[in-house]
Order: sequence, then C-alpha cells, then structure tokens
Amino acid sequence: MAAIRKNRIKLTVGDRVFNAVNLILMILILAIIIYPLWFVVIASFSDSASVLAGEVWLWPKGFHLDSYRRVFANSQIRTGYLNTIIYTILGTFVNLVGTVALAYPLSRRDFAGRNVIMLFLTITMFFNGGMIPTYLVYRQIGIVNTPWVMILTGAVSVYNTILVRTFFQSQPFELQEAAMIDGCSNMRLLLQIILPLSKPILAVMVIFYGVAHWNDYFNALIYLSDDALKPLALVLRDILITTTESAGGRDNAGAGASQAELARTAESMKYAVIIVSTVPMLCLYPFTQKYFSKGVMLGAIKG
Amino acid sequence: MSATPTKGWAYFKWSLRRNWSLYLLVLPVLIYFIIFLYWPMYGVQIAFKDFSPGKGITGSPWAMTGGELDLFKHFKNFFTSIHFTRTIRNTLTISFYSLAVNFPIPIILAILMNELRSPKFKSVVQTVTYLPHFISVVVMCGMLWIFLRNETGMVNLAIKALGGQSINFMNDGQYFKHVYVWSGVWQNAGWGTIIYMATLSGLDVQMYEAANIDGANKWQQIWYITLPCLMPTAAMLLILDSGAIMNVGFDKVFLLQTDLTLEASDVISTLVYRRGMLDANYSFSSAVGLFNSVINCIILVTVNAISRKIGNVSLW
Repeated sequence: MAAIRKNRIKLTVGDRVFNAVNLILMILILAIIIYPLWFVVIASFSDSASVLAGEVWLWPKGFHLDSYRRVFANSQIRTGYLNTIIYTILGTFVNLVGTVALAYPLSRRDFAGRNVIMLFLTITMFFNGGMIPTYLVYRQIGIVNTPWVMILTGAVSVYNTILVRTFFQSQPFELQEAAMIDGCSNMRLLLQIILPLSKPILAVMVIFYGVAHWNDYFNALIYLSDDALKPLALVLRDILITTTESAGGRDNAGAGASQAELARTAESMKYAVIIVSTVPMLCLYPFTQKYFSKGVMLGAIKG
Repeated sequence: MSATPTKGWAYFKWSLRRNWSLYLLVLPVLIYFIIFLYWPMYGVQIAFKDFSPGKGITGSPWAMTGGELDLFKHFKNFFTSIHFTRTIRNTLTISFYSLAVNFPIPIILAILMNELRSPKFKSVVQTVTYLPHFISVVVMCGMLWIFLRNETGMVNLAIKALGGQSINFMNDGQYFKHVYVWSGVWQNAGWGTIIYMATLSGLDVQMYEAANIDGANKWQQIWYITLPCLMPTAAMLLILDSGAIMNVGFDKVFLLQTDLTLEASDVISTLVYRRGMLDANYSFSSAVGLFNSVINCIILVTVNAISRKIGNVSLW
C-alpha cells in the first residue's frame, strides 16, 4: 500500500498525460459500446415515425409500449420464444449429462482405453462430414424437422469435455481411492463426491452450452422447415433482416403508401423484439460473470 | 490383493471388470459420436458420386462423365467455376483482415484497461466491454441491418445531418468486409481481453516498482514489461486463429450478405449452403465442403508444426 502511494507522488508529467488520455479513451470506448444498445432501448419505446425521421437520439420520443404489446401478441414470436426455451433447457440438460458421462471416465487413470477414446474424439475436432453429408444422415435417421435435431445436434462438445476432464483430474485422486477402498461404487463416487466438488466447472458448462442453444441459428436454418418448430432466432431473422432488406430496397424505388405503413409497423417492433430476445441472456450475465475468466483460463491451460 | 496388470488385453479386462459401470456410462456417448459425427464422415463419399436421393449414400453410383468413371468430377467443376476464385478470395480477404484487426485490439485494450487507476472504473469498463459478446449473431446482424440501412438508418441519418450523402452500406459490396470485421470488433474485443487481463493480474507489482525507481515512464513500462509478459499468450492465440484462416463462420456472413453483394461476400460455406440446401446439388456441394475441410486440416497441422519448431508452442 505504501509503495503504491509513493508511486502516486512520483508520477511524472508524461505519466499524468498518459493517464488522462487513457481515461478519455476508455470513456469513448464505453460510449461506442453503450450507445447502440441504448439506442435500441429508447427506439423500442419511441414512436416509429420519429425513429425513421431521425428525431430520436438520446431519449425516447412519443413514449409508448405499443411495440411490446405487438411483440407479445405476435403468435410467431410467442411460439418461437417457447421453442427456444424448450430447446435450451432440454438441450443443455443433455449436454451436461453427456459431457460428464464422457469426461468422468476419461479423467480416471485406472480406466483402460481412455487414450483410444480420446483419439476417437479428437479426430472429430479436426474433420467432419460437412453440411450436406450431415444433413443427409440426419434425414436418414429421421430427426430432420423434429425438435430432436435441436436438442441432440452437438450434444457433446469435445472441447468442453476436455475442460471438464481437466477439472476432474485437478482434484486429488487419493480422495477417490479412499472412497473406493471403503466400498463406494463408481456411480456413487461420481454423483456424491465428484459432482458436488465440480460446481464451478458445471456452471461454466451451463453458460457455454446454454448460450449456444439460446442463440442457435444455424441448425434451425438447416434442419427445420416447420413453422411450429422454429426457434426465436429464425423468427428474429424474418423480422429483423428479411423485412429490412426488402424495405431498404424499396425505399429507393419509391414505396407505395401501404408499403411505407407496413415498414413503419415492422420498424416499431424490431427494436422491441431485440430487447425481448436478448434480455434473458443479459440477465444471466451478472450471475455468471465470476465464472468467465475461470472458463477461459481452463481453456487456455488445455489449449 | 493380486498384482494388477498394467497394459495390454489383460489390463483392459481387469479395468472392465472393475469399472464396468464407467464403460456403461461412456458407451451411449460413443454411439452418439458414431451416428452423429462418424456416419456423416462416411457420407462424405457422395463428393465422389452422383448422389440420387432415392438410392441413398451407399447406393448412389460413382461420378461419371460421358459414361466414364470420373471420381473428381465435382471438384473439377468447382475449380473451373467462377465461384472458385471468388469464394477463396473472399474467404482469405475476410480472414486476414479480421485477424489483422481482431488480434492486436484485445491486447491493446487489455493493456489500457490494466493502466486504469481506479479499480472501480476498471471493473465497469470490463463489465461493459464483455456485454456485446452475449448478443446473438442474428440480433447483431439485425442491428447492423437497421442501423446501416440506406437513408433511414441511424448511421445514415447522422451522416446526412452532418451534411454527407447517405451510403448504402448493406447493398454495396465494397463495404461488406468492413461492416463484417468492425462489427466483430465491437462485439468481441472486450471478451477477447479476458485472457490477457487474467495474465496481467498475475504479474508481480515489484517489476513495475523497480522500473519506476529506475525512471522508466509509462510507455517504457508497457513496452518492456507488460507486452513481453503477454507474448506467450498472444502467440498461442495467434496460432489458434491462423489455424482457422480458411474457416469463415457461416452465420454472420450469410445474415449480412445480399444478392447484390455476393461478389464480395460469397464464401465457401455460403456457397455450400446455396448449392446444397437450396439447389439440392448434394454431390457438388459436398465436394466443395470436403475441399474446404481438407485445406483446413492441412493448415492447422502445418501451423502447429511451425509453431512447435520456432516457438515451442503446440496445440497437441
């Protein structure tokens, strides 16, 4: 503490300038990151005509909640939302079970054949069938256009398995040996000793897998065609991108009155739908923040 | 207790008897891998066949040209089509541009964040810069579409308010790679600092105190202490990133591209999607995908071999 205080006294002019410039730069960076997000928030509460006319900059103009009412009244969005929640919960559950079931035996040094299994898994990290052969196989086993494809695709990530295995191995093996000598079965060992000790890594896994499911867009695009099964991500694409794309194209051609009206209606919803779809993940964020660096660092150690 | 075997078949039998429940645990996951990952690898053979949906993967005939066996027909078609140079050029341009920007920025950002005097402000900066990482790719691209829209988008409204001309960012190919790369910086630069911040927080304060006493200013401290300490981590990440140089993600490119910008935005994965999923050109598309996988594999192995030789850093 004393040393730090001494440093502060010895600050040269150059260092003061550096600190000041650095502070200004950081405030600028914060503004660049926050402003687009803030704009989405205020635009979602504003009158769409004012947003399109560029009258909304810092505060909502013509404050109202119509856009949100419209978002929640939209059956497509509601179905998508529900689907995404189901896929995320079931998918993450399958991920956790699969990853632990694979990682735990691999972490045991008395488990013969673990090197062979590791090789078998690692190959899939470097080479895969690719989009089309995978699609054809999925079609053949009959999971295309069913909820299963969203839950089972990528059920076990080799990378995450390695992270979990490394974590399991970081705990003293003597503990497990002692339990085994006392007649503890492998399953009880896993469920009652190892897993309770591994909450941090399980939390990291829930975040990694959960966020991936919530945001999953690719699998839905490729494997789902039934509207009733589509997750929020696909609905979002229709609302945010497909309509903007065509509206943008028509702007130049001189849109008719009805089309301009349509674009305006869609406009007010876009911002609200961004908020509604992103907020659950951002709510998770403060609770999980303390695990981030743990997760990233675990990856780096293995990496 | 009898002596336990340590290797070979006997060891396996001993382990199986002792840990049968662990094998039971692993078995379903291995079956999953065989069905969901290895079966498609077996299916890659359709790249060398003339796939017909009625006959399936195994039943389809090998690729023929004019009645003669021509296994590499689809590869040749790809190499001689206009798509070949276009997708390779775009893939490499986007990758290198992205790497050149996304590699140094988190390092600089981490160093600057680390120099902040107030711990409170530092944690605010960290929290805020991580935030955009949690926005999904669809929402991210949706925001870009809305903000960068011609005439009525926020950015163009600002440009017009300042007296400029509206720019059609999303439908003009020349802007594609800039939009792609810099939106990536906005979204992920903060997240990318995590690993560097962790390294920096482990550094010994005494090094800086000693440098300070010797009269080193801030720049010298950064240049001679902080930067060298970050180098091993940075080298590792650079290797990882360059292994993915031919692997531009599908989602973001697909969501940002339009028919008008294909010349500048078409990459291998979007070509595979269009020709395979939309045009049902399964064999051709698989050939393109296989070509890409093989190149990726070669690059990764090469990069790793080089880095092991010169930097003693290896992925395996």
